[in-house]
Amino acid sequence: MSQAAALVFILIVASCITAPLYAEHVAGTGPNDEHVTKKIEQDGEQVDVVAPDGKPIGPTWGKEYFMGADNLGRDVMVRILYGGRNSLLVGLSAAVITLVLSILAGLLAGYFRGGVDRMISGLFDVMWSFPVLLFGIALGTALAIGGLNFWFIHLESGSIWIPTIVIGVVYVPYLGRTLRGQVLSLREKEFVEAAVAQGMGSPRIMFSEILPNLASTLLVFSTLIVANNILLETALSYLGAGIRPPEPSWGNLIADGADRIVTAPHLTLAPGLATVLTVLALNLFGDGLRDALNPRAKVRLR
Amino acid sequence: MARFIVRRIVHMLLVLWAISVLVFLIFNVVPGGGTEGQVLRIAGRNANEVTREQVKKDYGFDQPMYVQYYEMMKKTLNGELISYSDQRNVRDEIVKGIPATASLVIGAGIIWLTVGVLFGVLSALYAGKFVDRFLTGLAMIGISMPVFWLGLVALYYLTYKIELFPPGGYVPLKEDPVDWAYHLMLPWMVLSVLFIGFYSRLLRTNVLDVENEDYVRTARAKGLSERQTLSRHTLRNAMIPIITLFGLDFGATFGGGAILTESIFGLQGVGQYTAESIGALDVPPIMGVVLYGAFFIVLLNTIVDILYAYLDPRIRLEA
Repeated sequence: MSQAAALVFILIVASCITAPLYAEHVAGTGPNDEHVTKKIEQDGEQVDVVAPDGKPIGPTWGKEYFMGADNLGRDVMVRILYGGRNSLLVGLSAAVITLVLSILAGLLAGYFRGGVDRMISGLFDVMWSFPVLLFGIALGTALAIGGLNFWFIHLESGSIWIPTIVIGVVYVPYLGRTLRGQVLSLREKEFVEAAVAQGMGSPRIMFSEILPNLASTLLVFSTLIVANNILLETALSYLGAGIRPPEPSWGNLIADGADRIVTAPHLTLAPGLATVLTVLALNLFGDGLRDALNPRAKVRLR
Repeated sequence: MARFIVRRIVHMLLVLWAISVLVFLIFNVVPGGGTEGQVLRIAGRNANEVTREQVKKDYGFDQPMYVQYYEMMKKTLNGELISYSDQRNVRDEIVKGIPATASLVIGAGIIWLTVGVLFGVLSALYAGKFVDRFLTGLAMIGISMPVFWLGLVALYYLTYKIELFPPGGYVPLKEDPVDWAYHLMLPWMVLSVLFIGFYSRLLRTNVLDVENEDYVRTARAKGLSERQTLSRHTLRNAMIPIITLFGLDFGATFGGGAILTESIFGLQGVGQYTAESIGALDVPPIMGVVLYGAFFIVLLNTIVDILYAYLDPRIRLEA
């Protein structure tokens, strides 16, 4: 089951990566190309892509407009594939940010204990008490308006990296707390004592002695974090605090479709199903991974 | 124990204070969200220099940052916080939204706890059988759906295609209890799905874990029926983490976590107020709402901690 899930996820990623090929050779249109006045042939008849009353064509299941068109005559399937590139990119890069930050925080807090631990744990407590979605929207909206100029990071407003960073930061306490707990107990093990006795420095003990022991936790968490990131991206974009239109993403596509759900339900259903399929595949894969690596571990993200 | 409680409460206040500082910073130091941006939003894009200076002075933006923070917090605590965009009192708006949010969250909470526990126990009892696979599959799908998408699809099929439910809106309980429940039915279900997925999966694992404990074997050996063993020994222990989670999730949804469900179904609760204020980048309501939400989360966190310390003396010594 989990192999099949992994395969499905890889297929989704592959088809999103090859989206330009599909756009050029199959659909024959780009993700933002509008065809309001175009007509296509369906069952031997010429049909408007966008009817005079503004109602877009539904799924044709053919080469062009496989998943139908939106109100501007854009090909929904092409937009889903391109949107998937953004959603997956955000999901994966945000997971990398979460992993790096929580590994650093967890190692520092668990290894040095004392003041460092109190500071990091205190920060986690504060972030933990923010409602995730509220924190994400607050940060996302503030940054989306003005861009980000912090230290060495300079981002234009509307950059895809803003939601990525927001999502990446939001989940740090969830993983960071777990890692800190594990480091605290690993630190008391004999192999750390041996490393200290050999004269290894703290960074080396943390990264080459303790870190490898966290591998299974990290592996299991990372698939689930990517899954949750994709869900959070859709929610943020839906509320206008994520990826900015016209740049497509699964969240944006669902939000676009929401206003027209009565006349053109395919605009909402199709990107939503793409999201559910991807997240489900990741969750199933993560579940299998967890059972294989550590059957008793209990992992949960909100 | 008293010492522990005092310490937890001090900690709770510290966290709330830190959150207020963080929110203030996010919306004041960040470019565009900062003073200039706020002045522009209040005075309007086309305001001339004089008006802008006047706004700056009237709203206290010419004061140093810490004074601005102090003023804002003073107003927040006195309930005098006023929205910049529509001049309405923030506390009144939040209080106005509480009945809808409370109705949504309490109803959904009851549903997700009962159904989640029921599904979890059934899965564990029939582990590996068809019932288990079916319920686990459902739970997986449940946690893989964006909540607002589920809400949209449910609205489309259940209120537009088949006119089974009303298309959103909130009817106060006092006005018409039947209509109240009728309007909340769909939001309750949509909000519960995700949590049912989480709880049933977690409970299934816990029940299977506890089943292997010696005291469960003892209970069976001394002749208790399966039913008695389950209710008195297995479930009682397997439910502990579920109750903790329920406390936290309930606090989080009550504190604004139901933004999406509220907006989709137009419930006019605190969540929808939040979404609107954030959309308008209206700092005072955001401050009020975030602190309100954080208060519930921190409060329930603290209650859970204290309950745990009460049940397990080791925690008291540790903290």
